[in-house]
Amino acid sequence: MNGLLFLIGFPALIALLMLVISRDKIRNAVVIFSALVLGIVSLYLLFTYFDKNTLIFTIPFDPTSKIMFIIEMILAVYILYLGIKHRKSFTVILILLQAGLLIFFETGLIPGIHPENNLLIDQLSIIMALIIGIIGSLICVYALGYMETYHKQHAEIKDRRKSFFFWMFVFLSVMFGLVFSNNLLWVFFFWEITTFCSFVLIGYSQTTEATNNAFLALSMNLLGGVAFIAALIYIAVIDPSGKLLEMSYLINSGYALALVPAILISFAGITKSALMPFSSWLVGAMVAPTPVSALLHSTTMVKAGVYIIIRFAPLLSGTTEGLMIALVGAITFLLASFIAISQSNAKRVLAYSTIANLGLIVACAGVGTYNLMWVAILLLIFHAVAKSLLFLCVGTVEQNLGSRDIEDMSGLIVRMPKVAIMMFIGMAGMFLAPFGMVISKWAAIEAFITAPFGLVFITILAFGGSASLFFWSKWMGKIISVMRNQENIEGGIKTEMWTVLSILTTLVVVVALIFPLISSTLIEPFVMNIYGETTRLAQANLTIMLMMLCLLMIMPFSMLFYRRPSKHAPPYMGGRTTEGEMRFAGSIGTTRELVLSNYYFEKYVGEDRIFMIGVLLCWGLLLIAGILIAGVIL
Amino acid sequence: MSIINAVIYLLVAPVVGGLIAGIDRKVTARMQGRIGPPILQPFYDMGKLFEKENLVVTTTQNFYVLSYFVFMAVAGALFFSGGDMLLVIFAFTLSHIFLVLGAYSSFSPYSHIGAERELIQIIAYEPMIIFTAVGMYMVTHSFFVSAIVTSGIPIILYLPGIFLGYLMVLTIKLRKSPFDLSTSHHAHQELVKGVTTDFSGPNLAKIEIAHWYEYVFLLGVVYLFFGFNPLAAIAAIIVVYFLEVLIDNTMSRVKWQLTLKTAWLIAGTFGLVNLGVLYYLKAVVMP
Repeated sequence: MNGLLFLIGFPALIALLMLVISRDKIRNAVVIFSALVLGIVSLYLLFTYFDKNTLIFTIPFDPTSKIMFIIEMILAVYILYLGIKHRKSFTVILILLQAGLLIFFETGLIPGIHPENNLLIDQLSIIMALIIGIIGSLICVYALGYMETYHKQHAEIKDRRKSFFFWMFVFLSVMFGLVFSNNLLWVFFFWEITTFCSFVLIGYSQTTEATNNAFLALSMNLLGGVAFIAALIYIAVIDPSGKLLEMSYLINSGYALALVPAILISFAGITKSALMPFSSWLVGAMVAPTPVSALLHSTTMVKAGVYIIIRFAPLLSGTTEGLMIALVGAITFLLASFIAISQSNAKRVLAYSTIANLGLIVACAGVGTYNLMWVAILLLIFHAVAKSLLFLCVGTVEQNLGSRDIEDMSGLIVRMPKVAIMMFIGMAGMFLAPFGMVISKWAAIEAFITAPFGLVFITILAFGGSASLFFWSKWMGKIISVMRNQENIEGGIKTEMWTVLSILTTLVVVVALIFPLISSTLIEPFVMNIYGETTRLAQANLTIMLMMLCLLMIMPFSMLFYRRPSKHAPPYMGGRTTEGEMRFAGSIGTTRELVLSNYYFEKYVGEDRIFMIGVLLCWGLLLIAGILIAGVIL
Repeated sequence: MSIINAVIYLLVAPVVGGLIAGIDRKVTARMQGRIGPPILQPFYDMGKLFEKENLVVTTTQNFYVLSYFVFMAVAGALFFSGGDMLLVIFAFTLSHIFLVLGAYSSFSPYSHIGAERELIQIIAYEPMIIFTAVGMYMVTHSFFVSAIVTSGIPIILYLPGIFLGYLMVLTIKLRKSPFDLSTSHHAHQELVKGVTTDFSGPNLAKIEIAHWYEYVFLLGVVYLFFGFNPLAAIAAIIVVYFLEVLIDNTMSRVKWQLTLKTAWLIAGTFGLVNLGVLYYLKAVVMP
């Protein structure tokens, strides 16, 4: 239990330290040190608890809950102040509503409640802790070098790195709190703080756009928060003893009415993981410095959303309401993959790809059979690793190239060879066999075949999968095209950034290599524990995939064989070139530079149109789920 | 047993594929009222290509072409050793992505257009080929080729729609009109040689041989539909291939928009309706 408390408390402590350190060198040392500590302790947690299914710890409910309530109230007042100051009426209404509900809950219902089993650890918590402890703290280390350059390049933005790192570490701390909490009231507390952390970090640059997008993220997540607290009130009303507030008890209670809080909390999860119709906040969050995006996308925030839905998946399984949630996920996967085709801003492509993958995770968890649960967790892991790498690569490219547009990344392999190769591996991790995401897609197809309404999901997977194949490949093609006469511009990248990028690249490959081990030690016992049965890929297939992966890693060595000078020819230009290469002879003696551009199909998959369709469909599905839930309550 | 099959495939498929290519050219020529080259002409061509100097635009091209070749062979070998259909499909896709990347890597206008079009073709057939695997699973309860082929079930009777959809995949993959967007066997390609523009000599030969491997693998899938009766299966393959040549010679090439639309429409109608009916029969009529 001490390990758990340490992981929650230590980053919080470091966060406070960040507020007082102003020298770069000391900050660097402290951040690197605490990243090491967090990584080691989360590994320690893995080795201590991996073989013990669910462990529940009793922590006194008071006065912890009182302190949490006070912090929540302070935050509410602060948000109210900011909302009024920036004239965001929607945010003001939501925060008043939420604070009102919370006060009602705290004064009217809490006094009789004394849940004891407030913390838990099981394999899912361990997986989440590893993701937060390793990837999350690596991102913090990367941010050291990134933010230094960021402020050099953006002199107009006020240097508020103290508060930046404060909030980064608070984020890690509350994420640990969220995944270790068993008491839903505590989950809610941490949930709300992640909302606030993301609000502060998205608005870091304090430009009008950043502030607006931060408020967008805030209000959408507050809406989810309202649903969450409604779930808490519902639980407290049907069970005045408060026993049902314990997640482990609620999920295994087999209580029909437990579906109501499950759906309400899943709704909160949908807002937090930015599925349609709420995807716009995550796309807007791209204005934040890149390490923030990496943190939001791979380890915190959106992962909190899918985490809670995975937790409640056993309750959703086999219900019509759960199916609606799953369909919201599936439609998000399909449409977000299409929108990603039309985007040329690298960060927006990554954002839509995240939204799509989160949609897929929710689709799996919403249907919630045991084999889909297995797939959902697998997706969660693979996505976290590959996506964090891709974000940090894009951030690095942006700082050196001065652009985050994919069209400007032509010939990256010549200009920034190492980063380009890392990006290549990250992308391979997202869509090529035999890396992670394809393994999951494969397992998903196999699992959906036997699930109710599986054909709908398989169809969506087949078409959405093709779309993602397209946008990844064309981006990949862009960075590996070999342009002549380009200089290497990788010089300015700082050591800690290189270290983090290299570790994450290695992780992408290693996770694909050892995923059978991850599956058998963590995911399978977890699924077994809940459903009494579990699944895995057939041994024969695992062997073949391992062989394929090795082959894929050997293939680049064939380059050594081709090192002996083979004759080079200029690319074919239709016989109309002048002045060496890459120019066409135009009419009347003019010359034209060769420009190559990818297809974006804006006419067919334009963002606005597809997004509108998504909003309508997903609101419709949520509405149906809401009506069904109202039926259950009445 | 399964490994032997894989080895036999690796050794024999290029020969069979080359012969098919030769016959293809002969039949095509006859349809066009020409005498046509000798059946063995594709092999002579390969011999000549291998003798040429390895002229490249960038050195990395060698790597991409080699990877395309190797993973195409791996995909086919997995298929003929009775492996998992989905895994075969993923290896197959991986191999094509390498070809596309090879074309992208040369940074030239014709290769670039070819690469983009090849990608469009890949996403055009991808859903249908997954539906094919799913359909076979629904009938035989296995994704493993070995189990599908020995099931003894006349799969074609259960999956007529899927089979029609698969013929569309075949037309795209055999690079036949009306879907030969990215590169074609015929000289009338207006975009030079599309995806293969900047490959020459031994690299072009490797691409061609990989294509022969592909022939055999793709026709192997046709075999699965008729696996209950090997003679019928071989007859079906011959008929199907003749049909493809006929289509090739009687259709004119369409734009990519129409290719994508047609392909997804076919997958969404023939493929999906077929699967839906099976699903319904299984879930509702005979649970």
